[in-house]
Amino acid sequence: MADEKVEMNQSSEQGKSDNNQSGMNDNQEKSANSATPEATEKKKVADQEKTEVKAKPSKEKPVKEKKPEIPVRRFTLSSSPHIRDTDSVQKIMSTVTITLLPAILGAAWIFGFRALMLIFLGMAGAIITEWVLQKLFGAKTTVADGSAMLTGLLLSFNLPAGVPWWIPVVGSVFAISIAKLPFGGLGYNPLNPALAGRAFLLASWPLHMTKDWLPAFWWKGSGYGYFAWKVEASKFLVDGQSYATPLEVSKSALTTIKSENVPELVAAAHQTLSTVGDLLFDLIKGNVGGCIGETSALLILIGAAYLLYKNYIDWRTPFSFIGVVAIGGWIFGGTSFFTGDMMFHIFAGGLILGAFYMATDMVTSPITPKGRLIFGAGCGLITLMIRMIGGYPEGVSYAILLMNLTVPLIDRWFVPKRFGHKTIKAQN
Amino acid sequence: MKKTFRGGTHPPEWKLTAEQPGEKLKLPEKVYVPILQHIGAPAIPLVKKGDEVKKGQPIADPGGFVSVPVHSPVSGKVVSIGTYPHAFGRDVETITIESDGADEWHENIKEDADWESVDAKTIRERVRNAGLAGMGGAAFPTHVKLSPPEEKPINTVIINGAECEPYLTSDHRLMLEKPAEILAGAQIVSKAVGAKRTFVGIEDNKPDAVSVLKKAVKDGKFDIKVVSLPVKYPQGAEKQLINAITGREVPPPPGLPMDVGCLVQNVGSCVAIYNAVRFNKPLIERYVTVSGHAVNNPVNLIARIGTPFSELVEAAGGYTKDAAKLLNGGPMMGSAQWTDMVPVIKGTSGIVVLNKEEAYISDEQPCICCGRCISVCPVFLLPTNIARLAEFERFEDAENLGALECMECGSCTYVCPSKRNLVHHIRFGKTSIMALKKKEAQQTKSKGA
Repeated sequence: MADEKVEMNQSSEQGKSDNNQSGMNDNQEKSANSATPEATEKKKVADQEKTEVKAKPSKEKPVKEKKPEIPVRRFTLSSSPHIRDTDSVQKIMSTVTITLLPAILGAAWIFGFRALMLIFLGMAGAIITEWVLQKLFGAKTTVADGSAMLTGLLLSFNLPAGVPWWIPVVGSVFAISIAKLPFGGLGYNPLNPALAGRAFLLASWPLHMTKDWLPAFWWKGSGYGYFAWKVEASKFLVDGQSYATPLEVSKSALTTIKSENVPELVAAAHQTLSTVGDLLFDLIKGNVGGCIGETSALLILIGAAYLLYKNYIDWRTPFSFIGVVAIGGWIFGGTSFFTGDMMFHIFAGGLILGAFYMATDMVTSPITPKGRLIFGAGCGLITLMIRMIGGYPEGVSYAILLMNLTVPLIDRWFVPKRFGHKTIKAQN
Repeated sequence: MKKTFRGGTHPPEWKLTAEQPGEKLKLPEKVYVPILQHIGAPAIPLVKKGDEVKKGQPIADPGGFVSVPVHSPVSGKVVSIGTYPHAFGRDVETITIESDGADEWHENIKEDADWESVDAKTIRERVRNAGLAGMGGAAFPTHVKLSPPEEKPINTVIINGAECEPYLTSDHRLMLEKPAEILAGAQIVSKAVGAKRTFVGIEDNKPDAVSVLKKAVKDGKFDIKVVSLPVKYPQGAEKQLINAITGREVPPPPGLPMDVGCLVQNVGSCVAIYNAVRFNKPLIERYVTVSGHAVNNPVNLIARIGTPFSELVEAAGGYTKDAAKLLNGGPMMGSAQWTDMVPVIKGTSGIVVLNKEEAYISDEQPCICCGRCISVCPVFLLPTNIARLAEFERFEDAENLGALECMECGSCTYVCPSKRNLVHHIRFGKTSIMALKKKEAQQTKSKGA
């Protein structure tokens, strides 16, 4: 019996050393051993003993050399479960990027080779910034997880097609170096990096960000070719005004109707408003001016449908986001109450892109199902307020950024009711 | 729509041995019978080194109410009593018996011709004397379950044939091979607790078991309903099974199924209960699935308690070259073993051997707050938040989020794209919270005294 005990001690020691070999860190090992309450109680003692055990082997060596009776085959130890799903962060990020491919190709077709280059610059800027900074600070490089690439892509999607080449680069450098890495990188950033980058650009170079719109298929006429790089956005002035996005046109027309007393002007504004309303089909196809990635709702929806099907994004956020904007747009978006164009408000501007790809960013949106509904509704509300009474024609990105800041609070307030608590309540 | 519970996930099924009938494993030369094979107090050895024992003879007495006796699985001689590796992860006092090959039953084990008319008290007594502990994996003493306090009457008995763990098919084979015994056992259980309704819940990836049991119900004129449930892990967890079949929610720990008038028994336990009540046979053998991609010929075996894992794996054709991880139970909730010397115990539903690739533990990446763990958690917790709080040793906050209500099913960890060891951290939190509570209780006690 005594022999058996010695053999046991010896083999469990071997098991422990194997444990270390299998790549488990100390913390893991600690709690693996403390699977039962009694074990935890003894944890401290065990920790003290550990150091002693390390010192012991020299004494025990003669015993160890004794050949064990049973050939011992050793196995990996770890806490359950022992199998994992094949999905990974990398897979999620690359899938999201791939589902944006239709929108990228659409943008390349509508806004020419220029748009493709801007997208590329944004992505390259983000990836290089992340890699260089992490190397510089001696951190583990996380470029391979694909999140930086996605940030760069989404940032470029939010730019007018006529901006100079350095705009996406500066934006993505800001997004990664200020909005993402200082907080701890992927998983810890409070703001959506792409949108933070856009906000920075909008505040720093407002002229480029609000006046560099190019009309759809600009490269087909006006003496430009598909690969034209140098474009003067001012060449596409219509009646002395910059070629604006449909939302801008609609907003200024509405303001005219409400504030002007000159009958001709009001009539002209009504005229504009009706032509804007007729744009719906163009909006869906993407045949309108606007940011690079947000013009064609249809192409974005194709990708979003796949993500929804794969459960990579939660339906709740876009549902409540778009729902609030649609209903609010219908009530307040017209010349009088309940005359607004619901479909126009859904498909114009960046709502579709924002609702499906920006607001659903996992890191910066709430974690609980109910929280996501609230988050989406909040985004919708702020978007509406900016569109209706704010200074900008479009408010999706600021709405999402502002709501990002409320996420910790939402997560704290909307915790799901736990299993069985219903029964306790009913019994009392 | 089929009845189910909210949450849960879909790990691969990998039921490699569904078509393999249960084979009797050859009698082992030596059996290692631990005195602790159940949740509760360990049993107290009755025999000493050198004693001759018969098959089915009690060799250890229960060490309290929540404890069961242990019986000799073979006839032979006690060669040693001492600590030995155990599937629970630490060494446990174990009685080693050398078989004499005769495999003779103890003289007290005989059929009771009048078994159908025994009363509830006798049923509980026989179940306890037979050393029954839940055979689904948790190994809770069966007679405790059969003795609900008066203020908590049980109206529904549910027989658990879900077997939602990947690889395992021992319950599946048992349902195909011993349907009449299962139903007879179920009826005994219902009788013992005075239940009005009895269900058998089976996942619908076992249509053959559903039809076999339905036929057996018809043939035997049992008042039992066989329910087919959609495949979803953890369908076989007690609380989730009750929720799927009756819609009731068992309150969180220390709440028990009896708080909502339910009792759940595994199909294996039913057969054992039937054997105990009718034949006075103790629990000395069970169905064990030996499977996994790292054994050569996965099989279902009928093995004696106390048989070392190594002999079962040998019967399954041995390990493949890249065998890396040995599990007692399935891959979702089973426990990893460092050696195959450990013996089969009453709760060993399967032995699964994983290969190197499956056993690979990838690095943890930061949580990206995707919320998948929340959507799959069958008790609606926030696994990632609790795990993070436990990591930061903020145990009080973790407890407020319901850390102690986690049943460690592993769904969250399975789906986590960041490969975070959520259950692992939560377990650490749980044990730490319990330790703190114990300490507090002791302090108030000493203050009061």
